[in-house]
Amino acid sequence: MALETDTAAKALPTGPGGSSRNARHAWKTVKGVLGVLVAVAFTFLGLLAITFFIGRVVPIDPVLAVVGDRAPRAVYEAARIEMGLDKPLIVQFFHYVGNVLTGDLGMSVSTGRPVVEDLKRVFPATLEMATIGIIIGVLLGVPMGVYAASRQGSLIDQVIRVVGLLGYSVPAFWLGLVGLALFYAKLQWVGGPGRIDIFYDGVIEPVTGLLLIDSLLAGDTEIFFNALTHIALPAAVLGFFSLAYIARMTRSFMLDQLAQEYVTTARVKGVSERLVLWRHAFRPILVPLITVIGLSYAGLLEGSVMIETVFSWPGIGNYLTTALLNADMNAVLGSTLVIGAVFIGINKISDVLYRVLDPRAR
Amino acid sequence: MATTRDWLLDDSPSSRLQARLGRSYRLSRALARNPLAMVGAVIVLTLILVALFAPWIATHSPVGQDLAMRLKPPSWDNWMGTDELGRDIWSRVVYGARITLMIVALVAVLAAPVGLVIGAVAGYFGGWVDRILMGITDIFLSMPKLILALAFVAALGPGIQNAIIAIAIATWPGYARIARAETLTIRNSEFVAAVELQGASSLRVIVNHILPLCTSSMIIRVTLDMAGIILTAAGLGFIGLGAQPPLPEWGAMISRGRSFILDQWWVATMPGFAIVIVSLGFCFLGDGLRDVLDPKHGDRQ
Repeated sequence: MALETDTAAKALPTGPGGSSRNARHAWKTVKGVLGVLVAVAFTFLGLLAITFFIGRVVPIDPVLAVVGDRAPRAVYEAARIEMGLDKPLIVQFFHYVGNVLTGDLGMSVSTGRPVVEDLKRVFPATLEMATIGIIIGVLLGVPMGVYAASRQGSLIDQVIRVVGLLGYSVPAFWLGLVGLALFYAKLQWVGGPGRIDIFYDGVIEPVTGLLLIDSLLAGDTEIFFNALTHIALPAAVLGFFSLAYIARMTRSFMLDQLAQEYVTTARVKGVSERLVLWRHAFRPILVPLITVIGLSYAGLLEGSVMIETVFSWPGIGNYLTTALLNADMNAVLGSTLVIGAVFIGINKISDVLYRVLDPRAR
Repeated sequence: MATTRDWLLDDSPSSRLQARLGRSYRLSRALARNPLAMVGAVIVLTLILVALFAPWIATHSPVGQDLAMRLKPPSWDNWMGTDELGRDIWSRVVYGARITLMIVALVAVLAAPVGLVIGAVAGYFGGWVDRILMGITDIFLSMPKLILALAFVAALGPGIQNAIIAIAIATWPGYARIARAETLTIRNSEFVAAVELQGASSLRVIVNHILPLCTSSMIIRVTLDMAGIILTAAGLGFIGLGAQPPLPEWGAMISRGRSFILDQWWVATMPGFAIVIVSLGFCFLGDGLRDVLDPKHGDRQ
């Protein structure tokens, strides 16, 4: 993507609209946006190529992978014709891209419904958990990183460093299980697996699909608090992983800033340490932090696959693993595609935000 | 002793061997001054030793069932307790070290050379070769690794070999990026121009003169990636797509212990500690190696 903007910058002096500065600026912006869009389009096409490759080329018998080995002969033949396996690969690929663009991801063998409908149903649950997770991660991780940087080399800094590394070395599913054993079974502080206690299930009509918001909209605080005790633990576990990453990056950004001369100047002038940290050093790192938070939010989608399996959380991760175990290939590829697309989307958005917000990157 | 040290630290080594040994000596001294890196090195060394001498370290057979002894808490006889088939968890964790070590070694052996070659070729030739190869690399990089590995295992079928292949497929793009970046900085140096003028083929330049210079950043990256590889492999095992029972793979063991987590916590918890310690060891070692081998990151300590 850097490539496109480079060429845009080089084309600038000879580009049309060179007469006035404003027009030139507008042209540059348009070109930049076009470049990003083209790059995004290519990335999505690449993503489709990967899922197509996984679905049609890797399995020895793609039909069997889709219908399962217990399917009757007639179903097998119908699927074979429907998948167009008699046609050349490239034709099949374009057919596949067309299907995806029109919102057709095929039928799920395990639920018997179109994969798109299933995904629409399960996605809000994941979104809800990941959002609370990232809020926990930002609220705790940023102050931890700033604090560690301000006390570089101290014991607390070492502790925060190790916490940061633990984020890379603790299996998410294991932490979830240990959390369940401790906080649910032993201390009974939180609700068990699932989004809500079983006797509340289906009471609230889904509006947004986000249970916390839906229950508030319905004015049912009892269900709201029940849902809160259920989401607390999985979201906290997810939050730990974003916290570890955010704290690590914040610390590193802050150390860069604190080593600069303007910080020394501020200190010499007698500015209090608090102000030096939060007003002087912290402001410039806000922009790169946005990218880090975006990346971490996208990473939580990945983490949620494991966490949802442990907590029987009815989100996209659980849907994906269930599909994996049933060899339900359409559902697997559909979820992969959606997770990949959201992942790429968040990455690109934080990338664009970075350029818009940081005057040096413009 | 002092003479060996002098010989190693000699500023004008008289042979290639002496220069190389001297460099390794300096690096290991620098690494030894970093306490976390030493902890990491000890952990990784322990993993290797445990894997090698598993039959002597394990107190029981890793697969021997004893239903009379099922789900016993940790005790003097069974240090980590027993699982639902009465197998000793400590012995299974010890044998599991072999599987973990095999997975990380095979992924590194598969993914690192592929990434290295693709990156070096893209960087050396530039132009269309570069654009196509890096385009493919970037598409793979833009996917979440675990999801990519999951989808590949789904297509290949469950099992430890397929899990290794899938993880390698998800891992190589990072190495290609690094190798390309390194190659770009080397490509225009005078020594490359010199060998090209002597008539060296592209293959010879890449293999003999570019790849060796990419290795140190590659070693750092591979070590740092080890934790992620272990976690992904354990995750695949946990879901039931990686190592299959009765193999004592740590992720699969946690998965079996999941049903007993509320009453017999040790079944799922113990193998998890092994994963955490080993991954942390690779993280520490990788961080330390980066500080020693890559001066650009030294000030971030």
